[in-house]
Amino acid sequence: MSDAKKEYADIPGTFVFDQDQSRKGYGINAFCMTLLKADNRKAFKENESTYLDQFGLTPEQKESILKRQWNRMLELGGNIYFTAKLAATDGLSFQQVAAIMTSSTQEAYADMMLKGGRSVVGNRYKSEWENRNG
Amino acid sequence: MAKIVAGVCSSHVPAIGAAIDLGKTQEPYWTRVFSGFEESKRWIEKIKPDVCIVVYNDHATAFSMDVVPTFALGCAAEFPPADEGWGPRPVPVVKGHPKLAAHIAQSVILDEFDLTVVNKMEVDHGLTVPLNLMFGSPKEWPCPVIPLAVNVVLFPPPTGKRCFDLGAAIRRAVESYPEDLKVVIFGTGGMSHQISGPRAGLINSEFDKAFLDGLANDPQKIVKLRHVEYMREAGAEGVEMVMWLVMRGALDEKVKEVYRFYTVPASNTAVGHIILENAHPS
Repeated sequence: MSDAKKEYADIPGTFVFDQDQSRKGYGINAFCMTLLKADNRKAFKENESTYLDQFGLTPEQKESILKRQWNRMLELGGNIYFTAKLAATDGLSFQQVAAIMTSSTQEAYADMMLKGGRSVVGNRYKSEWENRNG
Repeated sequence: MAKIVAGVCSSHVPAIGAAIDLGKTQEPYWTRVFSGFEESKRWIEKIKPDVCIVVYNDHATAFSMDVVPTFALGCAAEFPPADEGWGPRPVPVVKGHPKLAAHIAQSVILDEFDLTVVNKMEVDHGLTVPLNLMFGSPKEWPCPVIPLAVNVVLFPPPTGKRCFDLGAAIRRAVESYPEDLKVVIFGTGGMSHQISGPRAGLINSEFDKAFLDGLANDPQKIVKLRHVEYMREAGAEGVEMVMWLVMRGALDEKVKEVYRFYTVPASNTAVGHIILENAHPS
């Protein structure tokens, strides 16, 4: 399906993990699955770059993992439930990763959640974000 | 004959599991969440189900991107808790009910719902957290559990209507099982939350409350919700609320709302919980 026909593409700050993304990011997600085993977590930590070479990643995908660009990984076909395993390997909590993805600090993000979370008002359509920024 | 007597819905936030496992349930942040389930524990102890069917989603634990079944029914004798990256949760092995599960699989497939049968599977927090919320932390779970894993990771998940209709088929299957069994069905996941991307942290309490109202009083209204509406209004991961509709489809058209609880947040997520009983238990 072309992007033009994807109604769900018009949600700001959101990467919908559909089959196009899944095919693109197969290697990222296959890599993340290996981190469910302690031995693999150790091997990855010992030499991240070499370890990543077994998954047929594009240079951009590999870079996004090495640099822990959490949004970029999703953009390149990673899925959050998979990349969460990389976060766990790094000893990061889900909330810490969420803070990074939203360009916030952990404290500010946690505070936003305690106050009821991010409002849906102004966050439904991409145009609302473009207007806000421009 | 076996009978579905009630349905329970609850969020399955992993941080709730971590709070239990790390002994943090008495901290003020967490008592706010756990206190909402005290009445539920008393309720289910009184009901004493013989079997629970738990509709949940796997979080890239048992299923990678190699194979993505839309509906997968656990027919094994037991389901060990999975290592999700921190070691397996210290919870009892989940005992299945292979005979009833096989009967359900056969019945619903012949009823034109093409389920995937799973004979070996580990289960993650999506299944075990709701068990903790309803049963506490016993040495053994009080009854056998039949897991029904629904794909909500890869878009698109099944539609709300398909989930609802599958629930109805599961009910027909249960009611054609000869042994007298009292069955409770769980829908898990939700409520509003987005845990990915720059819009993470989205919560929509109005949507959630309307969804709970619909579940109790007007399920046909929420059955029609489209995926994009869930995702836009209740967060990208809020779409997993379709799983609650499997539970709802397995109950009577009119139900008695026994209990409801809602709080924000648990970690990144709105926690919702509802218990519905069939209004006219025969």
